[in-house]
Amino acid sequence: MIQVIFILTSLLSTFQVSSLEEAKVPPKRDWSFNHMLGTFDRAAAQRGYKVYRQVCSTCHSLRHVRYRHLEKIGFSKAEVKAIAAEYQVRDGPNDEGEMFDRPGNPSDRFVTPYKNKKAAEAANDGSYPPDLSLITKARAGGADYLYALLTGYQESPPAGIDLVPGKYYNPYFPGGQIAMVPPLIEGVVLYEDGTLATPNQMAHDVTTFLAWASEPELEERRRLGVQWLIFLTAFAFICYLVKRSYWRPLSQKVTKKK
Amino acid sequence: MSDGGSNPYRHPFVRWLEKRLPIISFVEHALKGYQVPKNLSILWTSGFIAGFMLVVMIITGILLAMHYVPHPDHAFDSVERIMREVNFGWLIRYLHANGASLFFLVVYMHMFRALYYGSYKSPREVLWIIGMIIFLVMMATAFLGYVLPWGQMSYWGATVITNLFTAIPWIGDSILEWLLGAPYVGAPALNKFFALHYFLPFLMFLLVFIHIWALHTNGSNNPTGIEPKTAEDTLPFHPYYTVKDLLSIAGFMVIFAFFIFFAPNFFGEPENYIPADPMVTPAHIVPEWYFLPFYAILRAIPDKLGGFVAMISSILVLFVLPWLDRSKVKSCTFRPIFRALFWVFVLDVLILGWVGAKPAEGHYIGIGQWATAYYFIHFLILVPLVSRFEKPSGLPDSLSAYYRDKGCS
Repeated sequence: MIQVIFILTSLLSTFQVSSLEEAKVPPKRDWSFNHMLGTFDRAAAQRGYKVYRQVCSTCHSLRHVRYRHLEKIGFSKAEVKAIAAEYQVRDGPNDEGEMFDRPGNPSDRFVTPYKNKKAAEAANDGSYPPDLSLITKARAGGADYLYALLTGYQESPPAGIDLVPGKYYNPYFPGGQIAMVPPLIEGVVLYEDGTLATPNQMAHDVTTFLAWASEPELEERRRLGVQWLIFLTAFAFICYLVKRSYWRPLSQKVTKKK
Repeated sequence: MSDGGSNPYRHPFVRWLEKRLPIISFVEHALKGYQVPKNLSILWTSGFIAGFMLVVMIITGILLAMHYVPHPDHAFDSVERIMREVNFGWLIRYLHANGASLFFLVVYMHMFRALYYGSYKSPREVLWIIGMIIFLVMMATAFLGYVLPWGQMSYWGATVITNLFTAIPWIGDSILEWLLGAPYVGAPALNKFFALHYFLPFLMFLLVFIHIWALHTNGSNNPTGIEPKTAEDTLPFHPYYTVKDLLSIAGFMVIFAFFIFFAPNFFGEPENYIPADPMVTPAHIVPEWYFLPFYAILRAIPDKLGGFVAMISSILVLFVLPWLDRSKVKSCTFRPIFRALFWVFVLDVLILGWVGAKPAEGHYIGIGQWATAYYFIHFLILVPLVSRFEKPSGLPDSLSAYYRDKGCS
């Protein structure tokens, strides 16, 4: 009963404060996967994986994605095997009943940085770094929001806002105060393909990678969608012809009668 | 040929079956022998599409249930597993999720059509009431189903709505505990919701057959609202309306496919892709779009019990509509005042839906309360009054006469 009262009072209060939490609307960007037939830019997604690996994955999990899924953004089987082997996966129990660590396989899920949610919160002053496997689907604004958030930090908050110690000002984040340290600093990642790793470039790449991680079925879905729309439109047209062949004689009969 | 007289079939197996179970002649009679007014518009195909959607939902639902795990620790992850690792799992789930929205869209078209053309009036009151029962079961099924993915909106929506039961005096808390299997939404509730969500569509399926039975007893209403009198007014259902329904279904599927393949999260809330967290309340708790008008009515009354009663009443009032609207004339075509009222009512429902999506603050509260008041004024005051004083205009002698006068077939 106490819990019920607690829930209801918290509900009422959220209805009242919600308007204060309005965040800045992220500007629209031109993504390779935006339009109806768009696909993920493979090079950007692969660079984005590197940003995730070297920066984000320190705190953020990607627990719905398996290493072998990376083949879908153009990594070869051998590359995926090498990527998976970089990780230590906790497995077991073995025949002696002990848990043990082994190198990752392509069929393993991405290893999470913390054992569980509590451990993640404990390591981050009580803030939980959210799992990123659905991040562009789970936020209004999707990829635009993510990019705006990653590039939208401001050194000093506008007058009238008192920053809580340990928080950073980011107008795109609901409430404006985010616990995440500005993550993308010039030179934190070195790209192998020669692309200059500016903060904006890294934000663009990692957003492309995470948009893929959120909707890995997107390209197949759109390809299938085109086929089905063509088929169904043709089917509807045939249905129209059939319907007309039955109904037209009726109206002709009536006009003749007149 | 001893049993020839009543057995019109040639094929030996069909003859054999017909003698033991006359199912083929039953179906044939229901299709070819069913005389339907010849002037049904495209709105009359909404019933057939709704039945089609029920079947789509049951089939995709059974496929999803083969992979879904109804437990708070696994529900969200099992849905993601369907999306990423089950063959065409994303297609099955998007069919089911978008299917729910389009099912409601079609059913609302079906209901507003009945309101406009007076299809709820004598002799179709029972048909209408069965339809309303189907609608109630459908709402329950949709609500239960939305809880299953165990996202933030699933959890908090379930918490807000089930908490309404505590508004019932004296026994409210006990009812809540009985419904949820605990004093809060958790593992027992999720398991129960899954079981009920699986069961209720089959109840709907049964009710649909009773609905069709009642329909076939007096036949379809039509855009003029005048009952057909002669053979000139009607056509056999098959082939004329089977081909028309088929065309409508095909057109509908193009729209359905567009949403599934190109905008599969159009009707959804981003928040529901965040796993349920009892410690974090979302800033805005909103139900799916098809519940928004009722949600607005719920919130319009500042008192919890009052809001609950208002929301239930807004649906129950539809059950007695055949006795609130006493006009003998069915179709709005011949009822100028009622027609105007109908469109104001549609506008009122749209306003309620819009308010339901907004936070309960500022002007929205006032607008929601006025719109709620008007909802009940429409049914309880305006409809009975107008049906008593309104003079029908241009009512023709028969269905066919109406179209002859208008100069078309």
